[in-house]
Amino acid sequence: MARVVVDVMLKPEILDPQGRAVQGALGRLGFTGVTDVRQGKQFVIEVEGEITDERREQLHVIAGELLCNPVIEDFILIVEEDQ
Amino acid sequence: MSIDTVSKAEETPDQAQPFAELGLKPDEYERIREILGRRPTSSELAMYSVMWSEHCSYKSSKVHLKQFGDKKPETDKLLVGIGENAGVVDIGEGWAVTFKVESHNHPSYVEPYQGAATGVGGIVRDIISMGARPLAVMDPLRFGPADAADTRRVLPGVVSGIGGYGNCLGLPNIGGEIVFDDTYLGNPLVNALCVGAMRHDEIHLASAKGVGNLVVLYGARTGGDGIGGVSVLASETFDADGPAKRPSVQVGDPFMEKLLIEATLEVLHAGLVEGIQDLGGAGISCATSELASNGDGGMHVWLDRVLLRDATLSPEEILMSESQERMCAVVAPENVDAFMAIIKKWDVEAVVIGEVTDSGHLTVDWHGERIVDVPPRTVAHEGPIYERPYARPSWQDALQADAPTADRLARPTTADDIRATVLNMIGAPNLASKAWITDQYDRYVLGNTVLSQPEDVGMVRIDEESGLGVAISTDCNGRFTKLDPYTGTQLALAESYRNVCASGAIPLAVTNCLNFGSPEDPDVMWQFAEATRGLADGCLQLGIPVTGGNVSFYNQTGDTAILPTPVVGVLGVIDDVDRRTPIAWNEDGELIYILGDTNDEFAGGEWANHVHKHLGGMPPKVDLERERLLGEVLVAGSRDGMLSAAHDVSDGGIAQVLVEMALHAGSGARCWIPDNIDPFTFLFSESAGRAVVVVARTEELRFTEMCAARQLPAQRVGVVDSGLGPDAGYPAGTQVLQFNDWFTLTLDELHEAHTKTLPALFA
Repeated sequence: MARVVVDVMLKPEILDPQGRAVQGALGRLGFTGVTDVRQGKQFVIEVEGEITDERREQLHVIAGELLCNPVIEDFILIVEEDQ
Repeated sequence: MSIDTVSKAEETPDQAQPFAELGLKPDEYERIREILGRRPTSSELAMYSVMWSEHCSYKSSKVHLKQFGDKKPETDKLLVGIGENAGVVDIGEGWAVTFKVESHNHPSYVEPYQGAATGVGGIVRDIISMGARPLAVMDPLRFGPADAADTRRVLPGVVSGIGGYGNCLGLPNIGGEIVFDDTYLGNPLVNALCVGAMRHDEIHLASAKGVGNLVVLYGARTGGDGIGGVSVLASETFDADGPAKRPSVQVGDPFMEKLLIEATLEVLHAGLVEGIQDLGGAGISCATSELASNGDGGMHVWLDRVLLRDATLSPEEILMSESQERMCAVVAPENVDAFMAIIKKWDVEAVVIGEVTDSGHLTVDWHGERIVDVPPRTVAHEGPIYERPYARPSWQDALQADAPTADRLARPTTADDIRATVLNMIGAPNLASKAWITDQYDRYVLGNTVLSQPEDVGMVRIDEESGLGVAISTDCNGRFTKLDPYTGTQLALAESYRNVCASGAIPLAVTNCLNFGSPEDPDVMWQFAEATRGLADGCLQLGIPVTGGNVSFYNQTGDTAILPTPVVGVLGVIDDVDRRTPIAWNEDGELIYILGDTNDEFAGGEWANHVHKHLGGMPPKVDLERERLLGEVLVAGSRDGMLSAAHDVSDGGIAQVLVEMALHAGSGARCWIPDNIDPFTFLFSESAGRAVVVVARTEELRFTEMCAARQLPAQRVGVVDSGLGPDAGYPAGTQVLQFNDWFTLTLDELHEAHTKTLPALFA
């Protein structure tokens, strides 16, 4: 068993209305000093067996084509083996 | 980071510049050098390249669009004509409305959700910059084949983008079109229409007048949205390790847009604004040059004051950025504090970025260095104008000769075959119920929606006291336009006009969104020339002016252009929305009449398209005098309370109309096919100038006498009857649509056939 974590974030230049809303709320609630908030999503994927190169490649395809919209988002894929 | 300044441009006249990569032709680049008497700075090059693009300058279309002014019918209804952000029409009682449709085709192909969403946002800002409160949006859409893989990518994204943005913004989506055709695969059309209303004294224009007045940029911060093209400049001015490639996708924020609407209307109503302009394509370049060009001719901008979302943006990128939800206002110095206070109240950021001057120049400084010094008219209004060569395509005659005669395309003749054809046709992607799509839009928010899909028009109430309202329809059958662009465009106008009349409203004004292939192709340019000529002639004949519009060229995949698609929107006024005519009949005993003449006209129609995949022949004849007469009868019938229902006959013919009316009413009818016509032609021909109306028995004589007096053919073809089921052999309570002794269809099977298509493909 291995666990794979995929973090998907909007590309840095893309407007993030949700992040801006959170940032605005922080200011209203009195939390000062926060200069930027960007919101993303995290996928935790469990896979069978070992993470082979082939499996890793497949996971990259899943992350790049299904979990994120490559036009406006980037992803980071982290493998946490042997849970 | 080194900045290209005016003085540097003077010192290095021979420095090579990437004008071709920015889309400028060598002679256009030479003309810029002539205007300036030197090479442009990279910022000036950025401004000229984007403002002289087809999208902003209308350089290929201008010579043809002139006709809309030259052939403008006499009217006292037009308060603001073509050339402003949107035309303004007087609808009486001190009210004025403004409406416009724009394309967002290419962005929606790249990123369907955001492309469609920002298309809605852009057209809404056009409306608020006229001083009007947006009332509703509509979306004419065209996609590739319904079962194509890429349509399954593009359509759901576009639909949720429109729904997501419009619903969050709180504007009802009251209609539009959804059409599928092979030529739109790889180039979908996403057009967005917005209508807004204002009192007569609230009209505002885009001009920067009054030397010393200040230019305020407000709304969202400026980021790297929509500047893909200018990256060639960025790559020159950025360090090697700077951002390599900028995204060209604009992301919309409907909640910011809502704040922008409220803040803008408040500062306008408070009388704090001298001139105003929204930021759309070409961003700050467009807003500053157009404001200056329309005003006293000079403006100075401190570009480094622009609030940025991304501090690494270069001045060229800031000038070109198409970040959404931004507006630019010209404010007198004594009003700036009050202006800023209102903007701040709405949680919107604002900054003074410039002032109006009498220098005759638009000058832009970046941290004290002069990076732009240009005559603004040369950027905004005096761009290149092309008389593109055009010629009737060599294939046009062969296309028109290939008529869908009974010999060429097999027609159903037996009752069983025709019955099956009805069920097949009402489930065709172009004719099937669009509820799966339109149900994703909020149609009723704001509480003024009177009619929306699947009615003939979208209708909203404007004055709660008097019931004054407006009705809008958009239409275009691109197959008709391909067969004959002149006639096809008039058919689009006629259909839109007819739809508005069918609802009981009086047509007042026309907008358009002209979607075509490459203007560099003489075939396409001929289509465009014929279409604009047809529309201008048609509007003159019907007496309704074109108030504005939009041209979208280069809609093609490889060398294959889309069907020429001049979407025509007609706006009408109704003095009391309570007397609107719906499409659903009401109660048993009402009589069903067909107005107009039905001929054997199948070329470009949906039957030939859906059943035979055939396109050829001459489109249905268009008779605008007949359309006007039909319109008068429909409006008079509504005003005098004679009509219970009315429905325009177009795509799919009378069969489609009767099925839609029955399904919407939820009750059946007994119809008969007239003796003087064969059943297939009667049910499926797409002859223009027709409508199906439903008349109460008590009004029948009055109505038929009116038609006879005006010489409009009216033929009784049915009677509403919810109790036919048992007679036809069905259990009691079964609603059926019966065509005398030809065949009977239950509403259940019609509903199934009509509604299953889109969910099966996209849900």
